[in-house]
Amino acid sequence: MRLELVKRPQHSVLFSAVSPLIALLLTMIAGAIMFSVLGKNPLDALYYYFIDPLRETWSLHELAIKAAPLILIAVGLSVCFLSNNWNIGAEGQFIAGAVAGSILPVVLPDFQNWLVLPLMLVMGIAGGATYAAVPAFLKARFNTNEILTSLMLVYVAQLFLDWIVRGPWRDPGGMNFPETRDFHTFAVLPELMPSAGRANWGIIFAILAALCLWFILRRTRKGFEIRVLGQSPRAGRFAGFSSPRMIMLAFLISGGLAGLAGISEVAGAIGQLQPSISPGYGFTAIIVAFLGRLNPLGIVAAGFVLALSYLGGEAAQISLGLSDKAARAFQGMLLFFVLGCDTLIHYRIRFVGRAPRAREAIDHA
Amino acid sequence: MTEVGAGVDQRHEGEGGELLEVRGLTKTFGALKACDAIDLSIGKGEIHALLGENGAGKSTLVKMLFGALEPAAGEIRWKRRVVAIQSPGEARRLGIGMVFQHFSLFEALTAAENIMLALDDTTPILQVAERARELSKAYGLPLDPFAHVGDLSVGERQRIEIIRCLLQKPDLIILDEPTSVLTPQEADRLFETLETLRDEGKSILYISHRLEEVKRLCDRATVLRHGRVVSHCDPRRETAASLARMMVGDEVDTVKRVGSVDASGQSLLEVKGLSRPAANPFAVSLREISLSVRAGEVVGIAGVAGNGQGELFEALSGEALQDKAGAIRVRGTDAGRLGISGRRLLGAAFVPEERLGHGAAPQMRLSENLFLSRHVTDAGAFVGALGTVRSGALANAAARIVEAMDVRKGGEDPEASALSGGNLQKFIIGRELDRQPAVMIVNQPTWGVDAGAAARIRQALIDLARSGSAVLVISQDLDELFEICDSVAVMHDGRLSAPVPIAEATFEKIGLLMGGATPERAEPPEKAETA
Repeated sequence: MRLELVKRPQHSVLFSAVSPLIALLLTMIAGAIMFSVLGKNPLDALYYYFIDPLRETWSLHELAIKAAPLILIAVGLSVCFLSNNWNIGAEGQFIAGAVAGSILPVVLPDFQNWLVLPLMLVMGIAGGATYAAVPAFLKARFNTNEILTSLMLVYVAQLFLDWIVRGPWRDPGGMNFPETRDFHTFAVLPELMPSAGRANWGIIFAILAALCLWFILRRTRKGFEIRVLGQSPRAGRFAGFSSPRMIMLAFLISGGLAGLAGISEVAGAIGQLQPSISPGYGFTAIIVAFLGRLNPLGIVAAGFVLALSYLGGEAAQISLGLSDKAARAFQGMLLFFVLGCDTLIHYRIRFVGRAPRAREAIDHA
Repeated sequence: MTEVGAGVDQRHEGEGGELLEVRGLTKTFGALKACDAIDLSIGKGEIHALLGENGAGKSTLVKMLFGALEPAAGEIRWKRRVVAIQSPGEARRLGIGMVFQHFSLFEALTAAENIMLALDDTTPILQVAERARELSKAYGLPLDPFAHVGDLSVGERQRIEIIRCLLQKPDLIILDEPTSVLTPQEADRLFETLETLRDEGKSILYISHRLEEVKRLCDRATVLRHGRVVSHCDPRRETAASLARMMVGDEVDTVKRVGSVDASGQSLLEVKGLSRPAANPFAVSLREISLSVRAGEVVGIAGVAGNGQGELFEALSGEALQDKAGAIRVRGTDAGRLGISGRRLLGAAFVPEERLGHGAAPQMRLSENLFLSRHVTDAGAFVGALGTVRSGALANAAARIVEAMDVRKGGEDPEASALSGGNLQKFIIGRELDRQPAVMIVNQPTWGVDAGAAARIRQALIDLARSGSAVLVISQDLDELFEICDSVAVMHDGRLSAPVPIAEATFEKIGLLMGGATPERAEPPEKAETA
């Protein structure tokens, strides 16, 4: 026996709209089963995951801190995915942006004035974009598989960061801890409401980026070009658009935004470079992009949902002693159900039996 | 229209019985009834025609007979027993074989290897080749089993498909539009083969929209329209006009060619010594192509599919650039180094062969597909400040085109893939005509388009030329070219013949050129061996 996916002649508009919600619901059910198997009360676990982090102001600020990089990266990835470029290396571009943006406060700590922060942000964007340009150039010029090249460059970036904070950039007054010096005040991203919580300008950048890209994708000729080349490359060529140029553009946009997320994270929530600066934002953002249906406004909502899963994971870890791996499994299930729901909107499953002989059911002769 | 039952041929009733009988077969896709209570019976040793326009339900019906689609209702009786055919493999076991319109052959493999892939058992390749050779001799289908498919002509590829089908010893052979890719001479030979098969007692279901062929070859015909059977008839007792009327439902307008070409018209499209190496091992390289199309003139390019027409279209449209700027001139300006947008700005318009995925993006709405080819030439009207798309202006223009070309659609601004082939083609052609282009280049303007829409498209092309534009039509449909062109050139193996003025052109002459003969060598070489 085998399974076949059969394309549906037309897909339901209603289910297309509610599919992310169905996926969320299925994830909760599967999560509840996982928690019971782990010996925890599933209702408690779901409460700590999804309700507890929303009860206090400071933790809403934490939610914004986690959501900001997810949204920034995912919005950029939506441009890539819509144009059929599979950038899986946003985690690496995030790190490259963080490292490039940190050059000023780490290497030139005495250069202190109001210019520093804007320059850091620009350098962060440039760093991420440059790093993304590598797989883009390889694809445009040599037709390499960008999934592989961009993913492999993640590990390069991670190891590079690890080396630089242990080696040349290690804080001279830092007791040999593997981290850079703390950023000076001109190099720190200001908090929005310091009295209420830690949320900083990162979330504003994220929402602005989402609005800008929503406008570009939905309303402009450039957005049309991105979608046409993604949906049917040959029709795009017929329209006079260039695929190689689109590959470069999509990677530069998404790399730049990942870089901005990276420098915002180290200049904001962390305040220095450490061997590890991301709990996998670059990969989780892929889930965010799809959960938001590649629509920048949907991505803003999806970014908060996934940010909640990070916070909830921490809460469940503290209150119930659940492993932090449970949060990753949770995210994985969410992506699985999102993609599964989307697939079933367009296809239905058919069971094909093992070649039954012609059913000669009725013989009228 | 209630022609059902009119002229039903009763002579097969009560005899040895029908080989295949279909009653009330129905298939629905969502709200659309692709096949609605179809009745059909095919006797032993008959060639049965299945006639209908595109979208009439022929393919759906055949897919159900061949086990590729599951019927929603109705029964299929095969040799007097009710059967449920659940897969093509099962259809083959029952004795139903099919030759598809679009071949399913691997170009990198040999003919024998391709045949072997379709056989369930593990016969050694030499034995397969031997049997293939025997069959090819017996049925007058010359074929080298060890030739690579990539090197073979379309006609030869079709022979592989037919032999592959015959090897499975079917009682019923389904042929889907078999002559659409053949030269007239190749088609004649196919008919001889089919008649031999009929004389041996095999049955053939012959799907076509070419009426003359059906009249000549078929014993009975079933005509479909909008998913229903409109008539069972004897095509030999019908006229082409009456068959067409059954298919279309009313009279088809004939194309009117008014006025004659002003021979002194300025040459708007000039191609000089255009060569293009093959982009991949299965593409055709273009060799020294020269042609010129004057204002007011329709020039046709005939040829069997796969002789470089697609490559030529890409070169002309600018999707593939030329080395020399002067190789292509549009309205007197060198265009060889300009991309498709640059050539459009010079006044050229293009309609490619593939509608979905080339001429239109399937998942995009009609207004977006209008923008697809006109975002540069009509930037003033359709693009606002900040590069925004003016959707209101686009919607108005799309509505204007829909009105002018009589595009039938469901919904206000549907996705391109929701339109039938003919209606989408009318829209794509209308989208270019709406610009009043000085040079119009069309590849297969009416491929797979129903008769009514085809007549409209052809008339629109003639009218465009008569209003002072240069029109180049690449087509495999000789009837079409003879109907609308002022002169016809023939493409064979990447070369283009000199244009033949329509007054001097005959089917015979163009057919021979299509087969690769030079005008002096009247007989194609293979003809002698089957005659």
